[in-house]
Amino acid sequence: MELTTVWFILIAVLWIGYFTLEGFDFGVGILLPVLGRTESERRVLINTIGPVWDGNEVWLLVAGGATFAAFPEWYATLFSGFYLPLLLILVALIARGVAFEYRAKRDDERWRAAWDKAIFFGSLLPAVLWGVAFANILRGVPIDAHKEYVGGFFNLLNPYALLGGVMTLLLFTAHGAMFVSLKTDGDIRHRARVLAGGTGLAAAAAAVAFLGWTQVSTGNLGSAFLFVAAAVSLLAGLVAIQRHREGWGFLGTFAAIALGVAGLFVALFPDVMPTSLADGVSLTTTSAAATHYTLGIMTVVAVIFTPLVLAYQAWTYWVFRKRISVHHIPVLAAPGTTR
Amino acid sequence: MDVLDFARWQFGIITVYHFLFVPITIGLSAIIAGYETAWVRTRNEQWLRLTKFFGKLFLINFALGVVTGIVQEFQFGMNWSDYSRFVGDVFGAPLAIEGLLAFFLESTFLGLWIFGWDRLSPKLHVACIWTVHLGTLFSSYFILTANSWMQHPVGYRYNPTTGRAEMTDFAAVLFNKVQLVTFPHTILAAYMTGAAFVVGVSFWSMLRKHNADDQNLYRHGLRTGAVVMLIAGIGVAVSGDISGKIMTEVQPMKMAAAEALYNTQQPASFSILTVGTPDGKHEKFSIKVPGLLSFLATGSTHGKVEGINQLRARYQATYGSDPGAKYYSPGDYTPYIPVTYWSFRFMIGLGVLGTGLAALILFVTRREKLPTGRAWRWIAIGLPLMPLLANSFGWLFSEMGRQPWAVFGVMTTAQAVSPGVSTFEARTSLVVLTLVYAVLAVVEVGLLVKYIKGGAEKDPVVPDHTDNDPDRPLAFAY
Ligand code: HDD
Ligand code: HEM
Ligand code: HEM
Repeated sequence: MELTTVWFILIAVLWIGYFTLEGFDFGVGILLPVLGRTESERRVLINTIGPVWDGNEVWLLVAGGATFAAFPEWYATLFSGFYLPLLLILVALIARGVAFEYRAKRDDERWRAAWDKAIFFGSLLPAVLWGVAFANILRGVPIDAHKEYVGGFFNLLNPYALLGGVMTLLLFTAHGAMFVSLKTDGDIRHRARVLAGGTGLAAAAAAVAFLGWTQVSTGNLGSAFLFVAAAVSLLAGLVAIQRHREGWGFLGTFAAIALGVAGLFVALFPDVMPTSLADGVSLTTTSAAATHYTLGIMTVVAVIFTPLVLAYQAWTYWVFRKRISVHHIPVLAAPGTTR
Repeated sequence: MDVLDFARWQFGIITVYHFLFVPITIGLSAIIAGYETAWVRTRNEQWLRLTKFFGKLFLINFALGVVTGIVQEFQFGMNWSDYSRFVGDVFGAPLAIEGLLAFFLESTFLGLWIFGWDRLSPKLHVACIWTVHLGTLFSSYFILTANSWMQHPVGYRYNPTTGRAEMTDFAAVLFNKVQLVTFPHTILAAYMTGAAFVVGVSFWSMLRKHNADDQNLYRHGLRTGAVVMLIAGIGVAVSGDISGKIMTEVQPMKMAAAEALYNTQQPASFSILTVGTPDGKHEKFSIKVPGLLSFLATGSTHGKVEGINQLRARYQATYGSDPGAKYYSPGDYTPYIPVTYWSFRFMIGLGVLGTGLAALILFVTRREKLPTGRAWRWIAIGLPLMPLLANSFGWLFSEMGRQPWAVFGVMTTAQAVSPGVSTFEARTSLVVLTLVYAVLAVVEVGLLVKYIKGGAEKDPVVPDHTDNDPDRPLAFAY
């Protein structure tokens, strides 16, 4: 196989890692005001992702860095083209990252309420915007002959892309609810389970619409297969959660996201960023790629270190496998609080 | 202001801001790992208290290091897309490897360390914080590889068909001679910064009446921190000295700009302070150390140091008469002299002053002594700021001294900027990020002060990973 194809696959794998992992912690953030009725419940929710959210986010950083190295033209066109959405995503990620860390650092109602808002919006915005961004990549955007994006901001807000945003939002929310039902105990676990069913159904509807649209406009045999598999996994997950099988339910949304993203990349191949202009140029795996030499070195590094990363990240999930419930939450340890 | 101005201001602000948290993360993670190791070995509770106390402060700092780092990763593509296209083949690789090797390691093992007190055996737990520190070293190595390549591009060739720089020798990029001295210089400077933080906080806490019972605890913190700081301070000076010689070799204009040396001199003196126009034309008053510049640049007090005017002629002969940047009149390869001149002095001056003060503090707190007097409190507060600012000045010098080049001798900063980004977008980004960062700075400093005032926990819970009670509260929770 061509190294450029190998790297296209590896980039897809990195995005799959990002969306399946950060997907549920976005979901938890979005559900914070819904599932977290009391302060202790909100802390339960945040602590289900406490040890892992940062590791999940690194999948994005590596996806970005790997795109820079393996497909410099793609990185350059995409990041300078989708400027304002990316800026919004950056601000959102900054806000929620700081919020997790600082929220419990003062014993003050208003302080915590403000960070809760940061967590909610900081999770909601990227959950929508990543869907919008990926849908636009698939749909094709105006890229001129100099490989520059010339579409402006509002060009990105078309019905297809917005549907993509709605889909990722609902999928991540359902994924988050599944995760909460798997990781908590007590009342909140039951409510999360019910919510996972409801949001999961809505996500399934949006996914069928969006993936169907994608299949009709840019799909191929491979993507059709993956999209169907994604839908089946999602439905299987919903059946499982209906029967209170939380592990299988979570696996269902996990697989649905992974297969769906894989399908989108298969539908995209061999383009990485198609143009919508008649006189523009599409970026492809070969035209956007780095040299064979660089790709070779990167391949060696990736082959050695990716399994290692997967192993120790899996180990973290194992170490923190215990369910958390309200009575596990210690009193706030901020200085000045009575303990 | 146009896109280039906004992009440059953003790069400067965002990166210097990121680098306020970075050296503390690097230095403090090592010191905390040392404290926890001491605790595991001796079971002396004092070390556990120090671990937890500085651990909390570390996390407050780390949060901002992480979120500001995300912006760094994105902004090359957003604001510097032509740069990214041109250098991606060489420059992208270390950046990607940094993520895969370092960021995963740091974030995953820090999560384990923060939340794992009662889940992991003490040995495994302390291994986690050492792993985090190792991650910061990997991170630094690869990002500095990328930066050193911009300072001194090696191991690549220019491909005229694709119009870009392409890597030919990865080993040459990894072991660039600029990298080999930049890495130790930057890392030692980071140890200095982390240690100064520990010394400052410990000393200030000792001086509070409130903490009278815990004199001894903070004395431990102070002494360990001061020893690290003194050793690192010497290392920084030695590596900085070597760095100067390599810089003179690969970017002679930067050394001339560091001294505002307009004409070649042999031997060349170093001015500690100059009053008058810093552009060097009209000097009113100056304290000079004879031969010092020659020594910094060449290793001999009699060495010849080339001046800006002579170098400009030489650069024009090599690179043509137009570096292509609107800031620099055609043919002018001179960076902005006031910044290079003063940032070089402040870097060295603040670093040397900080190290000296650490030695002084060590002296005045020897045995059971504790000085009185308000001034000491200000010294305690000022000490951590000195290496911190020295770091910023070091980067300002190193990066602005390279101007007008983005990649030395190959691509100018003006050529690097994104052609497709609008002024509106670039301005919005600069304003939004600067405002967000300003708010975060206030929040962070507020929290640090609160937790420093709170002091070390009195009777820390000794972690127990063998306790299997399912209803036991979490050892740590957000
Ligand atoms: C000498 C060291 C050094 C330098 C020059 C830089 N950084 Fe940095 N960076 C670190 C040392 C570091 C670190 C110590 O490893 C941090 C600080 C806090 C942390 O989590 O890791 C970090 C964090 C950090 C993160 C977040 C990682 C996470 O989520 O865990 C990113 C994406 C970057 N950096 C990217 C950059 C880029 C693109 C830089 C160049 C412009 C840069 N850093 C300069
Ligand atoms: C933490 C480390 C770094 C700091 C503190 C730093 C700081 C700076 C500063 C202060 C400038 C000057 C801004 C100006 O002249 O207006 C600059 C310029 C620049 N630096 Fe660095 N830099 C760092 C690392 C890097 C790295 C690793 C890269 C490349 C990956 C890089 C790429 C650039 C570029 C492209 C410019 C030119 C744009 C400009 O002039 O603003 N820098 N940097
Ligand atoms: C004691 C005397 C010192 C000398 C002689 C010295 C020398 C230098 C030189 C020559 C450079 C520029 C390298 C280049 O651009 O090619 C540099 C950069 C730098 N310095 Fe120093 N320095 C000293 C102290 C310090 C201190 C105390 C700190 C911080 C605590 C510091 C932090 C930095 C940083 C962060 C850079 C930018 C990274 C790099 O290019 O190495 N330096 N230093």
